[in-house]
Amino acid sequence: MGSATSELPVQRTPLGDAAETGLKIVVVGGFGVGKTTLVRSVSEIRPLNTEEVMTQAGQGVDETVGVERKTTTTVAFDFGRISLNQRMVLYLFGAPGQERFWFLWDRLFSGTLGAIVLVDTRRMEDSWYAIDRLEHHRTPFVVAVNRFDDDERPHSLDEIRQALALGDHVPMVDCDARVRSSGKDVLITLVDHLYAMALSQEGTS
Amino acid sequence: MSRKPVDIGDPDRLYTVTGGRSTADDAFDLVTLIVSECEPTAGMQSEHTRILTMCRHPTALVEISAELGLPITVVRILLGDLHAMGKVSARHPRAAESVASLPETALLQEVLHGLRNL
Repeated sequence: MGSATSELPVQRTPLGDAAETGLKIVVVGGFGVGKTTLVRSVSEIRPLNTEEVMTQAGQGVDETVGVERKTTTTVAFDFGRISLNQRMVLYLFGAPGQERFWFLWDRLFSGTLGAIVLVDTRRMEDSWYAIDRLEHHRTPFVVAVNRFDDDERPHSLDEIRQALALGDHVPMVDCDARVRSSGKDVLITLVDHLYAMALSQEGTS
Repeated sequence: MSRKPVDIGDPDRLYTVTGGRSTADDAFDLVTLIVSECEPTAGMQSEHTRILTMCRHPTALVEISAELGLPITVVRILLGDLHAMGKVSARHPRAAESVASLPETALLQEVLHGLRNL
């Protein structure tokens, strides 16, 4: 379940000329949890891979200092695309949940509609940090549990909610990241959640 | 506009591509759609040529980055140049009239509709 997916340029599938607004949804989770698989299952293009680089030290502070001595970090992520209609196109990003990635969150994912935390119950601890960071960035999210066939003692969603200390307001859903309809259900669960939040906000303003 | 430093693993290549610059403003979002306003001309920097060719149809910044095999920041610099020269136009997220006027709920309804039709 590697994430390096863009080996060679293949025939690109361009967007229609009427496409005018891009939207973002981010899938976060630990290594090997199935982010790329989920992106691939719903994307209209073969997932592509790209990267951003950053300096570990002095972000935004020591711009005039020589860059040679600083540590550079590369954060790679992959993405797929869903044309929602002629005008709107949704980009789905699979992003690593490790610490260094969150330094780049604002530069890459500000304005994102919301996030999906993809959880592997055999490595639940990988999800804690992602959930903490999303809450910190006030990014709405849902939790999708990728069910693996070799999970000998599957936990119920309630058990997982407790283990992750998730509030009742965070939707949870089971999924099989390999299956398109399942990936689609996860996306719909997230956007339904965003819609409900937006509705209650419009109601109070 | 905030300017942030960035290091690239392969400085020689970056210097060639960006003329020595290593900072980019964040004017272009990952999903800003770029559209060419002209055809590439002879003698143009090869990255510019490739971008103008790709963007005959709207293409998101992140797709350009993946296609060119260049980090996001470098692509932001290249696009900034092309945009300043009027060679590309940018369709920023939710800036289009048909979207900007939509309340959040109406936008999300459109997203839901699109997803259900997948």
